[in-house]
Amino acid sequence: MTVEGFTVFAGAALFVLMLPALYRVAVGPTSFDRLVAVNVIGTKTAVLLVVIGTLFGRLDMFVDFALAYALLNFVASLAVARYLNRTRSMPAKKPAKRRTPRKKKARAS
Amino acid sequence: MSMDVADSFVGGFSLDLGFLAEASVETIHSGLSALDVCGMILASVGLVFFLGAAVGLYRFPDFYTRMHAAGKGDTLSSLLILLGFGLITLDDFSMVGWLLVVKLLAIVLFIMLTSPTSTHALMRAGFEDGVEPVTKGSSSKNTKKEGES
Repeated sequence: MTVEGFTVFAGAALFVLMLPALYRVAVGPTSFDRLVAVNVIGTKTAVLLVVIGTLFGRLDMFVDFALAYALLNFVASLAVARYLNRTRSMPAKKPAKRRTPRKKKARAS
Repeated sequence: MSMDVADSFVGGFSLDLGFLAEASVETIHSGLSALDVCGMILASVGLVFFLGAAVGLYRFPDFYTRMHAAGKGDTLSSLLILLGFGLITLDDFSMVGWLLVVKLLAIVLFIMLTSPTSTHALMRAGFEDGVEPVTKGSSSKNTKKEGES
């Protein structure tokens, strides 16, 4: 087995093993399942970029792409996690925050 | 007499050296070096770990268990595959090769820092959102509604 053959095999295996994660993105029961699977696919895309760079012999170019992709994937995952957290838990917390200062004001006055 | 012996030794040694140099050049160009073999083994182990992560992401019944499979298997397989291809790239010990390996190690360090962080953030968001973990009695109904909160 040559290095090129192994590189092609590793890229194909990475792509095939992304398909269960893609299934989880499509039919995941909650949106957090979809987000976890998207995070996995993003990380593996950065690895796949390194594999493609090794195959083309231009790893000096593709390694920068992989670094930028890993960075963007991390930031996007954190941003979507914060967004889903706030949008879901905001209506439950807002009345509680409003009620407690009013009671304190009533007690103080 | 001793001079003759020394000359014959030097001649034979230089002949052997030339043969060895040709052989090593041939193995580098056609076959596999030790670094290639080590890199291929590392990348294969990483692919096995990613197979575990993918199967766990596909088959586990719960958000938390899926996150358990995805977080650990994804991180370790990414690290192993990147290190393996770094070893494969390090064939010639030139300056460009070392720079590439340093960049790959930077990606490895970055993934090792950020993947548990994003897993933690997602787990916290899902827990505060009220995603119910699967319990012993409710193991059959593992499909929860989308807009449930």
